[in-house]
Amino acid sequence: MPTSEEIFEKVQEALVDALGVDDDEVTPEATLVGDLGAESIDFLDIVFRLEKAFDIKIPRDELFPEDILTSAEYVQDGKVTDEGLAKLKERMPFADLSGFEESRAVQDFGQLLTVKDMCNYVASKV
Amino acid sequence: MRWFWIDRYTEFISGERATAVKNVSLAEEQIHDHFPGEPIMPNSLILEGIAQTGGLLVKEHGKFLERVILAKVTKAIFHRKAAPGDTLIYNTVIEQINKEGAMITATSHCNDELQAEVDIVFAHLDERSEGKELFEPLDLLTWLRILRVFEVGRNPDGTPVVPPDHLLAADLKTDQLH
Repeated sequence: MPTSEEIFEKVQEALVDALGVDDDEVTPEATLVGDLGAESIDFLDIVFRLEKAFDIKIPRDELFPEDILTSAEYVQDGKVTDEGLAKLKERMPFADLSGFEESRAVQDFGQLLTVKDMCNYVASKV
Repeated sequence: MRWFWIDRYTEFISGERATAVKNVSLAEEQIHDHFPGEPIMPNSLILEGIAQTGGLLVKEHGKFLERVILAKVTKAIFHRKAAPGDTLIYNTVIEQINKEGAMITATSHCNDELQAEVDIVFAHLDERSEGKELFEPLDLLTWLRILRVFEVGRNPDGTPVVPPDHLLAADLKTDQLH
């Protein structure tokens, strides 16, 4: 079982390689999209690198819950409903969604994921 | 201009790795237009050749049913120029592959000297672009044969790589026309 430092170092390396950013930009608080400039295709690259680095399988809907965010049942007028938020928390226990609870705008969701969230996710898989 | 940027495969291990050869010739148009007066092979087309080498390897892994597109060039480092008369050897290795796409690492060598290092992410087009084919089956089959995929291609257990039935069906249809 790797330590949290070891997990962070490997996640950092994956993000540096996939996004072409510097080591010191990849802080635990940095958001993947907002701070590190990740675009949608980068997530496939990041997933491949994490799978290889940790020898794990990452189902796409665990990290990117598109099915919830595009569901008429869980989204109304572009905002996630109470049920939708509960579903997101259930699916993504590793992510800190507190910043999302206020706006709940689907378009803001992609901005949320931080390096720390990624580390927590990996820790739950190894 | 024909969009063939490798001449043939010399090794093709299904789902694992492939090696292809590209002979650079002064007769090629792109050599002259890149830097007039200094005929060199454009690095962008070396990259395309590497993408073709790895892309067809990824496509074969999915029995040629997936629509494979180059999604991202994560790394491309060129160490030296390639000139007419050079033979480039492209080595590609599948690092990761799943239903959404694949990641490959690749090198280009010239006279045993490292010429380029490349990482590429390929994506499989999903159902949102259903019905849009990237290749006519017969064109694809012909290209694969010219590249000698079915001559040098092997599965990891040593058995030969054979064309899938859905591509052979296109071939049969053409035979019936003649």
